Amino acid sequence: MDFQVVVLAGGTSKELVPLVSKEVPKPLLPVANRPVLSYVLEQLELSNLKDLIVVVEGEDAALRVGGWISGAYVDRLHVEVAAVPEDVGTAGALRAIAHHLTANDILVSIHFSRYHLCMQVVSGDLVSDVPPGAVAAAHRRHDAVVTTMLCSTPISGPAESGSAGAKDKIKKPKRFNIIGLDPTKQFLLYIASGAEVEKDLHIPKSILRAVGQMDIQADLMDAHLYAFKRAVLQEVLEQKPNFHSLRQDVLPYLVRTQLKSEILLNGTPQAEENGHEKFTSRGNQAIISQILANASTPRFHEVYESIHNGSPTAQRTHKCCAYIASNSKYCVRLNSIQAFSDINRDVIGEANHLSGYSFSAHNNIIHPSADLGSKTTVGPHCMLGEGSLMGDKCSVKRSVIGRHCRIGSNVKIVNSVVMDHVTLGDGCSIQGSIVCSNVQIQERVVLRDCQIGAGFVVSAGSEHKGESLARKEK
Amino acid sequence: MKFRSLRQIGFTDYAPISSFFPSSAVAMGAQKKGSSRVTEDAEELARNPLQAILLADSFTTKFRPITLERPKVLLPLVNVPMIDYTLAWLESAGVEEVFIFCCAHSRQVMDYLESSGWHKQPNFTVAMIESNNSISAGDALRLIYERNVIHGDFVLVSGDTVSNMSLTHAVKEHKERRKKDNNAVMTMVIKKSKPSPVIHQSRLGTDELFMAIDPDTKQLLCYEERGEHPRGAISLENSLLADNPSISLHNDKQDCYIDICSQEVLSLFTDNFDYQHLRRHFVKGLLVDDIMGYKIFTHEIHSSYAARIDNYRSYDTISKDIIQRWTYPFVPDVRFSANCTTKLEREGMYKAPEIQQSRSAHIGPFTVIGKGTRIGDDSRITHSVIGEGCTIGSNVSIVGSYIWNNVTIEDGCELRHAIVCDGVIIKAAATLEPGVVLSFKVVIGREFVVPAYSKVSLFQQPTAQDSDEELEYADSSSGAIDPSIADAGNKLNGDIVSESSQIQDWSTSQLGPGGAGFIWSACDGGCEEEWRHSVAPIPTDQLAKALLAIEEDSEIVKVSDSALTPSGELEPGSDDDDSDNMDDSNVDTVDFEKEAEATFLRAAQDNIAVDDLILEMNSLRLSYNKSAGDCTGALFYPMMKLALESPHNTAVELQKNVASVVSKWHKLFEVLAKEVDDQIELIMKFEEMCLESTKEFAPIFSQILYLLYEREIIGEEAILRWDDERKDADESDRVFVKQSEKFIQWLREADEEED
Repeated sequence: MDFQVVVLAGGTSKELVPLVSKEVPKPLLPVANRPVLSYVLEQLELSNLKDLIVVVEGEDAALRVGGWISGAYVDRLHVEVAAVPEDVGTAGALRAIAHHLTANDILVSIHFSRYHLCMQVVSGDLVSDVPPGAVAAAHRRHDAVVTTMLCSTPISGPAESGSAGAKDKIKKPKRFNIIGLDPTKQFLLYIASGAEVEKDLHIPKSILRAVGQMDIQADLMDAHLYAFKRAVLQEVLEQKPNFHSLRQDVLPYLVRTQLKSEILLNGTPQAEENGHEKFTSRGNQAIISQILANASTPRFHEVYESIHNGSPTAQRTHKCCAYIASNSKYCVRLNSIQAFSDINRDVIGEANHLSGYSFSAHNNIIHPSADLGSKTTVGPHCMLGEGSLMGDKCSVKRSVIGRHCRIGSNVKIVNSVVMDHVTLGDGCSIQGSIVCSNVQIQERVVLRDCQIGAGFVVSAGSEHKGESLARKEK
Repeated sequence: MKFRSLRQIGFTDYAPISSFFPSSAVAMGAQKKGSSRVTEDAEELARNPLQAILLADSFTTKFRPITLERPKVLLPLVNVPMIDYTLAWLESAGVEEVFIFCCAHSRQVMDYLESSGWHKQPNFTVAMIESNNSISAGDALRLIYERNVIHGDFVLVSGDTVSNMSLTHAVKEHKERRKKDNNAVMTMVIKKSKPSPVIHQSRLGTDELFMAIDPDTKQLLCYEERGEHPRGAISLENSLLADNPSISLHNDKQDCYIDICSQEVLSLFTDNFDYQHLRRHFVKGLLVDDIMGYKIFTHEIHSSYAARIDNYRSYDTISKDIIQRWTYPFVPDVRFSANCTTKLEREGMYKAPEIQQSRSAHIGPFTVIGKGTRIGDDSRITHSVIGEGCTIGSNVSIVGSYIWNNVTIEDGCELRHAIVCDGVIIKAAATLEPGVVLSFKVVIGREFVVPAYSKVSLFQQPTAQDSDEELEYADSSSGAIDPSIADAGNKLNGDIVSESSQIQDWSTSQLGPGGAGFIWSACDGGCEEEWRHSVAPIPTDQLAKALLAIEEDSEIVKVSDSALTPSGELEPGSDDDDSDNMDDSNVDTVDFEKEAEATFLRAAQDNIAVDDLILEMNSLRLSYNKSAGDCTGALFYPMMKLALESPHNTAVELQKNVASVVSKWHKLFEVLAKEVDDQIELIMKFEEMCLESTKEFAPIFSQILYLLYEREIIGEEAILRWDDERKDADESDRVFVKQSEKFIQWLREADEEED
């Protein structure tokens, strides 16, 4: 496949402080002891999409990501890592790497930006049905200008699912997008995002007339995986220098103008664009009879075009497609600290096929080189990384513990994520917290719903609740 | 509503129970609030005959001038009066009791029903409700409500409906929904039919319709006909989406105007006496009103036929559908009313008996020829309907036209897409251009060419005022005129000579030699829209025009789009209201500062006492709803400017100027800037001034600060807190803190010493 994939991997995202730092940019944040980027890369590999550009914000972060990728995927994927300045937005990032885009036809961009790190993972058994490939296929099938992947909105928004309780049940599911689709659910006719979601809808009648029926859904959200026609994308980016974001500017623009395309589509794609029948051979008469007969063919774009071929200024259309991921697929964006701990829990819990590890009989993963003290229990849905040592009488429940951690005796770890090289003193109790790499936690520390930034030292006997502790960055 | 149910209780609880007699069928039907509900529901289903209200008046003027003389429901559709199609369908669909509401020409309707066999059908009763002063469907339903004849769910149709759908399913659906939700008052029947995207009308000639429907429950959420809103976009309230995760927006559905209603519908019309139109007022009213919570649902039919004759175009379309047998069993060769037997021949030709047809005459496909019609040599008739007893000469060409009964067409005439009513005479070699409508007994002169889309009647076109007041028929407002016209019609029967002398001297006719009738001018503004609703096919140049219009339209949409959002998209979190408010308060602040400055300068010039100025400032502050802090800030600037404006050469002199000004006005600040916060505000303001507007003060910042401290305008605490606040600030913001470091140091030490 001559798809070129752009992964917008983001940089140091403000939402995830203190988890991310200069040392650990967002793409390298470990989820179940693997960088989050690896999930995406492996899905792409499964879809046989091996020509990648990973775009990282900031030079430092790019170097680190590049280093990791070249180590991990050296002979499996052809990956280029490109650095872009921070705060250029997703459209800006693509603009910056425009000269890298060579694949003649189409480009899939996995949107991974500073706002929404899209971790997009799928059940591994069906290779042909894996979204990156499926999105690409849908894109090709309809000869679309843009194809976007949609997934159903989580029942309660990822941000609050952790604090589930009676309150959340009453609350209506959070809405991210309002999406209009044609009855076959293949074409994207309308999209509202951000603040527009809370406003009254204004749906252009022209598209409604062309398509006849539009299904408006509030329970779908944009999964930030797009396939673009390269020429179109580059043209839009060039012509509209004030477009900042793919999600908020480019996509709505393309959707809005699909019946009256302003894209010239010059150069090589032209031939193909003209490929789909336009009924030019038919005379005026045929067109009028078609209008009178209210002919409706499934491809409304062509019908619309054909109607307008009779007029002096022929209308040009382009197609915007949608691919809806089925409900059984797991699709969550890593865009908040809460989402991070949810994803960690899911990957070792319900969605454990994603982790790529084989689970033991106790439904947990303990690396063979890990060493457990006597009377220490590791419950189901847990993970213990390579070379970690645990003292006596410890208890671990629904938590991920990274590599080479040293954990003292009488330590309790519940619903938490402990990254690599962490030292935990005796008698600590850690609940619902995230402890980053190289943290040193001294004896009898009690942590509840805390985030401890990398390299921090928590002094002995202290108690913290709902705090975010990190070293001051110089 | 309440009133209605109270009456019902009164009726049922007292009458049957107190008398202990088994009530009549009608009374039982009304007995809804009985003792045991469960059994009653089942019984009700069994006992209550399905009722229907048939509105035999369209309350529009679309079929004028024909409807001046005959009600629309009696106009022949493929040689059978429209009302027969409706009644036959209602009967076959299991309706047992029909109330026919008639208003205009009610006599004619009643006479027709008397003469037809509808009164004699078993298990099918037809009752008439007559009114002389109803001008809308709303009036009609209010009248029916008063009559108290409807006892349960009923079917509401108009007398121009052609359908073969089965009602049982829709009625069952409606009743089941009612059981669960008492607010589900109406079920609308809809059918898939995509309007033309070019001319925005359906094949029935009705305007395009936008509907929002809940795909799961089929509840109707929005109903928008064309022209109600400026073109471009259809807007849905956000609250709709809050309740329904998904909505289907339809442009491809046609409203069949067949409604299954609950009794409440009638009382709703009575409660809302301004409801006139079924759709424009009633449906919209229910959808908008969220207090009562009444709901309307839709029932989509897929394989069966349902359509309403709304205008000439739908007359044409539905006639063709009937000839092409979409409406089976209501087709010409099946006897469903008093129509006579007609034989179906190849190519969709229907021929009644006793036709005299010349050998050389050619009758093309999809044509219906009525009983006793004579057709001359070399005449060609295709895609047309010819009524009974017509005489068609030789060399006549008829295409796509509807010729009613007893029409005489002389030799060499040419008719294309025209409607020709009873008793019309078209003299030799006359031509009817597409879209012509000839009303009853019109005579077209020899070789006369009737221009396209003209409507010709023996009656003069009513003046504009008339048509404004009376919606449908010229005679509908007063019953007195009605019979006179009917009389006229009767007298005219078959006798053209006496008629022409009686009503009008036709010697100066607009219709050629020997012609009789008036050509109606198109009603105001409707001229260019004539083609939309006529029987003639849409001309190509109109289509081209419409296409251009669409393009302009979408251009406009685009322009307004970009006007709304310059970057193409709304920024998340940006809120119009917010920014508006911001602007407002900004304007306020600027105003206030100007005012304050002016006040101060005036005081300085006129040497007004400080106390007076304080008073003035206070009132100004209150009127602008500002804090004391704002006030000091606003006053400080002009004061310093005053010092700056007085002549000085060196910084030292400037300092002296400031000292004199401050000593003069310090009381003002003592009063206004009592709070520490206000004093900090003052320092910040001064800082800002030094950086921006009056840079001259920058070098002597610390000295002036000391001066202000000395004069007790700024307290020690304020200075220290200002210093604290600036500790974490950027270097550039700390310039003045550094400058006054010594002074602050001194203050702190003094503070400690005091301790």
